Amino acid sequence: MKAIGRMLNQLRPALVITRREVRDQFRDWRIIIPIIVLTLVFPWLMNFTARQLVNFVESYGAPIIGDRLIPFLLMIVGFFPISISLVIALESFVGEKERHSIEPLISSPLRNWQLYFGKLLASLAPPLLAAYLGICVYLVGVYRQVGWLPDMMLLIQILALTAVQSLVMVSGAVVISSQTTSTRAANLLASFIIIPMVLLIQAESIIMFWGNYAVLWWAIFGQIIIAILLIRTGVAHFNREELLGREFDTINIRWAWAKFSSAFVGNAKSPLDWIVHEIPKSFRRLITPVILVTFILILATIIGATQASRFQLPIDTFNLENLGAGFLEGLDEIRFFSIGSIGTIWLHNLRVLALATLLGIFSFAVLGIIVLMLPMMLIGYFTATVASAGISPWLFLTAFVLPHGVLEIPAIIIAGAAVLRMGAILAAPSKNTTIGEAWLNALSDWSRVMVAIVLPLLLAAAALEVFITPQMAIIIFGN
Amino acid sequence: MIVTEGLSKSFGDFLAVDGVTLHIRAGEVLALLGPNGAGKTTTVRMLTSILSPTHGWARVAGYDVVTQANEVRAAVGILTEQHGLYSRMPGDEYLDFFGQLYGLDASLRQKRINQLFGLFGLQATRNQRIGEYSKGMRQKLALARAMLHDPPVLLLDEPTSAMDPESARLVRDSIHELRSAERAIVICTHNLAEAEELADQIAIIRHGKIIVRGSPNYLKHSLLGAAEYEVKLAVSLNGNSPNLPTGAQLTSLGSDWFRFQVNQPEMINPQLLATLLNDGFPIISLHEVPRSLEQLYLQAIQAPDESNRSHA
Repeated sequence: MKAIGRMLNQLRPALVITRREVRDQFRDWRIIIPIIVLTLVFPWLMNFTARQLVNFVESYGAPIIGDRLIPFLLMIVGFFPISISLVIALESFVGEKERHSIEPLISSPLRNWQLYFGKLLASLAPPLLAAYLGICVYLVGVYRQVGWLPDMMLLIQILALTAVQSLVMVSGAVVISSQTTSTRAANLLASFIIIPMVLLIQAESIIMFWGNYAVLWWAIFGQIIIAILLIRTGVAHFNREELLGREFDTINIRWAWAKFSSAFVGNAKSPLDWIVHEIPKSFRRLITPVILVTFILILATIIGATQASRFQLPIDTFNLENLGAGFLEGLDEIRFFSIGSIGTIWLHNLRVLALATLLGIFSFAVLGIIVLMLPMMLIGYFTATVASAGISPWLFLTAFVLPHGVLEIPAIIIAGAAVLRMGAILAAPSKNTTIGEAWLNALSDWSRVMVAIVLPLLLAAAALEVFITPQMAIIIFGN
Repeated sequence: MIVTEGLSKSFGDFLAVDGVTLHIRAGEVLALLGPNGAGKTTTVRMLTSILSPTHGWARVAGYDVVTQANEVRAAVGILTEQHGLYSRMPGDEYLDFFGQLYGLDASLRQKRINQLFGLFGLQATRNQRIGEYSKGMRQKLALARAMLHDPPVLLLDEPTSAMDPESARLVRDSIHELRSAERAIVICTHNLAEAEELADQIAIIRHGKIIVRGSPNYLKHSLLGAAEYEVKLAVSLNGNSPNLPTGAQLTSLGSDWFRFQVNQPEMINPQLLATLLNDGFPIISLHEVPRSLEQLYLQAIQAPDESNRSHA
């Protein structure tokens, strides 16, 4: 009880901020009018749309479309008012900075998290309340017009989905707001939130028309994780000094290059010195991510294996017993055994790593790691499939994966670890360095291990894949 | 109350504040003077724990600005150069909001708000939106915000800017009262007459460095030289220099007046008067020539960069 009392006590200043901001929002007609329109007028419009469409599709004997449309519109009615939360959150810090009201606020004895949480809650509460009101208006209208009532579980899912979508947008927007110096810059950066949210809404719409509402729980769960990461990022990098001190949003390429190149070269005096002394330093910083990625890739292999019984291939797909000279001849015909093939495989692997890195940068490494998980899932899937066909999975792995995988898999793990670190650095506090400096340091570590370890390993793996793996397959499975 | 030692702040390669050392006791007012961009605001922000020093240290109201930042912020009342008021909020709600942030309970908040509205003559407008306030009223409200939690330390940036003479007098009187109530106060200002009236200590900062520091009298003496006096005679000097005792140095001469500098006026001036009377010069008046802080400031600012001159 004491702990709860202490927590509430600590929360009080944050709620003071929230209360002031909410009051301020309700004094601003630019916020009030859209909220009223989206809370009352828009649900009414959706009611009208639902009624017309249900009648229309029923006249063509396709009532299922109407059945799916009404819950879909329920989700949409909830989403539109929360879109305002993005606008409010985007200017939460940077707006105060532009109006010069941030300095008295940050001079007060508020803790960073109290200030941050207060702002977050203020951006979240009114639009979410408006969204729930809109949902109520829509439900009442739909019930009166077509007598439809949602399943309780679906209603809970829609309410939860609306809340987490709002939380994701707000937490992302507050991070942007606290890291930019003008509302204009914040609005421009908002596309990093709007575009993924639009894609997400499209995916959720497909789920709603598919009618498999259980999948919505995964969407809710995924967004909770993203919101937690975004809030963690925001709090970790919230810095009164930067909030006040930074005046321009210019990208200082010269500074960034100087930072990156000095971190990349380190104290090395020669390429040999760099490899002997600097690369081990970077590798040591990656030990924890390496362990994590190894664990994740093992998990991915197991997940892949478990899917073999669910998605079965025809039993004669793997006719490995007749593998013989014809196999090699076939490969030779397509000029597989050539330097060009090494390059092709190497470039393919580089493309995968580039995609993983790019996606990882924008998703706290989550999407990047998923990209790297996919080949391991396939390995697990095919290994389990051949096992179900009566072939030894160990022999399969030894023949088709291990010869080149012995180099390729460690390379993927190390690259994945570097991507994970780049993503994680955004969500972790960095003492005495700005978010940009910390990220440039992580990027230099990524570049170092790519140049010194991953690319050579992948090149060697590609050579093994071209010249050794097929031979090994023949030795093991040949006549 | 405020002690800093070698306080420095760099932004990248730019050294904004360079080794500032200050000692301000309770009941003392320090006027921090200097051209725009000299480092005044950065110094104040370090004293409020908004910026952390790159080198050196500072203690405010007994708290370290780095390790006890929240305690420092609770002990400081700050008037920022840009008031940063919420224009859609009524004045009393604004003060109530900050009162809550500073942890004042409801009854104390009301008491303080009433006191401060009364002090600054804002009672009639307390329910008006701040956006409708005049410039001077906003300045007063921002000052009221700084004083709301009755802090032991006040950092005031241009406390009377945009105010009419009557309001400015009101604010200066309030500062005198705060000094009497043992508050330590730092004023950043370009209003040199105000600094001279209010300050016990003056520090002039240039390129982030305190170039002179001390009481106004000490600084005038050390920078502008010995005190200067003017004697007005009832008769013309006819171009002749008066006969001055040793220790007095003639600085300028008119038809029926002359000025001289003297290091020990209490000894020399009676001798000088006696000499003049003996020489047959009837005297109308003898008075010290007032020397403005502006002279001192300009001399300090325009002097070549050299080691600091200070006097605690």
